[in-house]
Amino acid sequence: MTALLEIKNLQTEFKTEDGIVRAVDDVTLSVRAGEVLGLVGESGSGKTVTALSILRLIEKPGAIVGGSIRFDGRDVLALAEKDLTELRGDRISMIFQQPKVCLNPVLTVGQQIAEVFLRHRSMEKKDALDQSVELLRSVGIPSPETKVSAYPHELSGGQAQRVMIAIALALTPRILIADEPTTALDVTIQAQIIELLRKLCETTDTALIIVTHDLGVIAEIADRVAVMYAGQIVEEASVEELFDTPQHPYTVGLMQSMPTLGDRRQRLNMIPGSVPRPFHMPVGCRFSPRCRARVEHGLEKCLTDPPALTGETRKLRCWLEGKE
Amino acid sequence: MTDASETAIIAPEKIEAPQRSNFSKGLRRLLRHPSGQVGGVVILFLVLCTIGGQAILPYDPLDIDPIKRLRPPSAEHWFGTDELGRDLFSRILYGSRYTLMIGLVSTSIAAAGGIVLGLLAGGGGKLADMVIMRFVDVLLAFPYILLLLAVIAILGPSLWTAMIAVGVGGIPGYARLVRGEVLALREAEYVEAMRALGGGHLRILFGTILPNILSPLVIFASFTIPLTVLAAAALSFLGLGAQPPLPEWGSMLVDARTFLRTAWWVVAAPGVAIFISILGMNLFGNALRDVLDPKGQR
Amino acid sequence: MEVLMGSYIIRRLLMMIPIIFGILLITFLIKALIPTDAVTALFSGTVTEDKAAEAIAQIRAKYDLDKPWYQQFVIYVGNVLQGDLGESIRTRQPVMDEIGYRYVNTLILTAAALFIAILVGLVTGIISAYYKDTWLDVTSMSVGMMGISMPAFFFGFVLIFIFSVQLRWLPVIGRGNFESLILPAVTLGFIEAAALSRITRSSMLDVLSREYIRAARAKGLSETFILFKHALPNALLSILTIIGLQIGNLLGGAFIIEVIFGWHGIGELAVKAIQWRDFTITQAVILISAGTYVLINLVVDVLYTWVDPRVRYD
Repeated sequence: MTALLEIKNLQTEFKTEDGIVRAVDDVTLSVRAGEVLGLVGESGSGKTVTALSILRLIEKPGAIVGGSIRFDGRDVLALAEKDLTELRGDRISMIFQQPKVCLNPVLTVGQQIAEVFLRHRSMEKKDALDQSVELLRSVGIPSPETKVSAYPHELSGGQAQRVMIAIALALTPRILIADEPTTALDVTIQAQIIELLRKLCETTDTALIIVTHDLGVIAEIADRVAVMYAGQIVEEASVEELFDTPQHPYTVGLMQSMPTLGDRRQRLNMIPGSVPRPFHMPVGCRFSPRCRARVEHGLEKCLTDPPALTGETRKLRCWLEGKE
Repeated sequence: MTDASETAIIAPEKIEAPQRSNFSKGLRRLLRHPSGQVGGVVILFLVLCTIGGQAILPYDPLDIDPIKRLRPPSAEHWFGTDELGRDLFSRILYGSRYTLMIGLVSTSIAAAGGIVLGLLAGGGGKLADMVIMRFVDVLLAFPYILLLLAVIAILGPSLWTAMIAVGVGGIPGYARLVRGEVLALREAEYVEAMRALGGGHLRILFGTILPNILSPLVIFASFTIPLTVLAAAALSFLGLGAQPPLPEWGSMLVDARTFLRTAWWVVAAPGVAIFISILGMNLFGNALRDVLDPKGQR
Repeated sequence: MEVLMGSYIIRRLLMMIPIIFGILLITFLIKALIPTDAVTALFSGTVTEDKAAEAIAQIRAKYDLDKPWYQQFVIYVGNVLQGDLGESIRTRQPVMDEIGYRYVNTLILTAAALFIAILVGLVTGIISAYYKDTWLDVTSMSVGMMGISMPAFFFGFVLIFIFSVQLRWLPVIGRGNFESLILPAVTLGFIEAAALSRITRSSMLDVLSREYIRAARAKGLSETFILFKHALPNALLSILTIIGLQIGNLLGGAFIIEVIFGWHGIGELAVKAIQWRDFTITQAVILISAGTYVLINLVVDVLYTWVDPRVRYD
């Protein structure tokens, strides 16, 4: 199967007062039509920046400085502003972490949904609003006829995210990027939203890229998973393979720090140390200072030479490969 | 919030450079800041003119010479002479002391009054808060210039009453700021600790809270000092502040309209002097805010 | 919803009562606190001593200056509530006669200046924010910085020098017609535009960095659409509050501008009155201006609740 979205060697940087921070360094990923790709990592691992880069939503002082992004045969990074905006919200759409602040406080829910129809489908305003009501119904908003003229502050967090999903899926895009869609929500709402996303994407054959730090979410919804650490992908595999036989020591650590069901008290942070600071990136493998496996195997190479991401369907960025 | 706050950019605490001494670092950044440099030079010049006094002036600023009336700028009189033949350059240089004095005196009155009221309102009881804030609200209900006029109407026009008026006019702003900061700080840990240790109420207010709100106070002052000087100059211009023959820049413009047609330099000299001084203060304030509160700007 | 808004307005009106009381007290003090009685000042040196004393006593009685201060205050408030602001000490004419038309003139000047300030300030502020850090932004911000540093009275003279003395396009001195309104309104308007431009820029930048703007971009909306439909309405909410406060500056600024351009407004009158020590007029002008300002801020507040959906439904 050919890939719908192909990201190759993506590099995204931010200029700061103290120098340039490369938040995404050499990320290569592909997404097939209809599949669910999980992008997992800690805060600051570059997963959100990767997601934003796909739609070129990186704002100054940030910039995509290298690599390529191809969607449906088109070079996204070379698109003119006008063509890019035609893509956004229509063929590729995105939802964000904090739904309540992603809705414009002075516009009604209906206006904010209808907008995409008016922009991309040149529909009549009345038809667009009628469609909006239907959309609200399909994402499970109670009494959509009245909620369509509500303002965002009248919605709960879960409802706001449902509205965001309605906007994102309004035009049945090929890809939906969901950046931590449940993190800001109540635990009880989280599962509902994930289920809604799964169901809607399945029925419309929309590919879903779900960005999260929560392996539970990944296990529930993803087909394939890419694990990010310090701006790089360190492991990529199908969801079964990853959970059955995690190979990268970092992935292993993540799994171990995941709370097992019914035993939430035993949530231990199994990975010693913390994410490297941008200006103090280790020379070799970026995970090496925190890596227990490296010490156990007595590998010196990890400290001096950066490992490459290797493998075909199952990819790994580690010198330990095959040593176990 | 740890995970929720993760957005596109790596959290700022992770990219902060190692801390040097805060004060020297701040001072260095202030001196490297282009608008800080320009503003600093202007303020330094005002200070030097004030310290230099009469000794640095080519002529006596009050010396009348009927023969040399309204001479245009020349090598002899750089800024020309006024209607009484006084050397404008000397008068301008000498006038810088009034600008500094107004800035210092008025701001001291405003800050002192505002700090005391604000501390009492924020740290005193409910009743004190209500009474003080009602008073502040009433003062704020007057357009700024009108409040000054009210004070001057009561005290009568002079340089000192103008400075007092401008100072009083500034009190409500400081009071509001200080009260807000006190309320925000009151529950802070070290204040709680002081209270637990049995610190007196006033001692906590003035000894512990006040030093901790200096930074917002300095930022606020950087906004208000130029406004203060501008207002006092305006009062003098209206004939309600410094009175002739005092070479105060605003009062030098009282009869300006008469000279626009015949001797523009009589108007230009004090006008430009005020403009450059205020500009310098604003530029310096800008730099100061950048240094003290980098997040607040851009 | 209407009921809620109505009750908000009533609450807001009730909150004004102590403020108005405070304003009355302060304006009353203008006349009560003067070191020498205005009357004495008026007669000193003009007539012989005993005649003066007699006349003074008469006038003191007439203006209730012989009563204790709290009675005077009650009388003062009573008179004000009946629309009687007293007689000018100097001309013996009712103050209202003098103030009436001047008040209108001041309002005209203030309104014209406000219009210019909003037009220039909003446009340059939006442009600056949109083209942040380009030469357009830098230029506009530099001019703005000069604007907030420029004394209104000097700027007025500069404009008179250029347009009246050199180019002879406009009259130097006011005649109350439209032509003579241009320069004072432009002077006052541009000075306020400088401050408004900076505020507009910073609130636009604040709004443009919000998440809902990024979400709007993700929808594929065009930058101009986002700017005017998504960012501007939000920025205007905070700008509106500032404009309410700026009207105070405009009113005060008008006082200075009126003196420069000989515009016959209440400001020009107040400045003269202070010099003449005609405290009734001073008192009346300050009372009316403060009242106007309070009223304008009330209107802005109500307007705010009307345009901001978050307040509207609270």
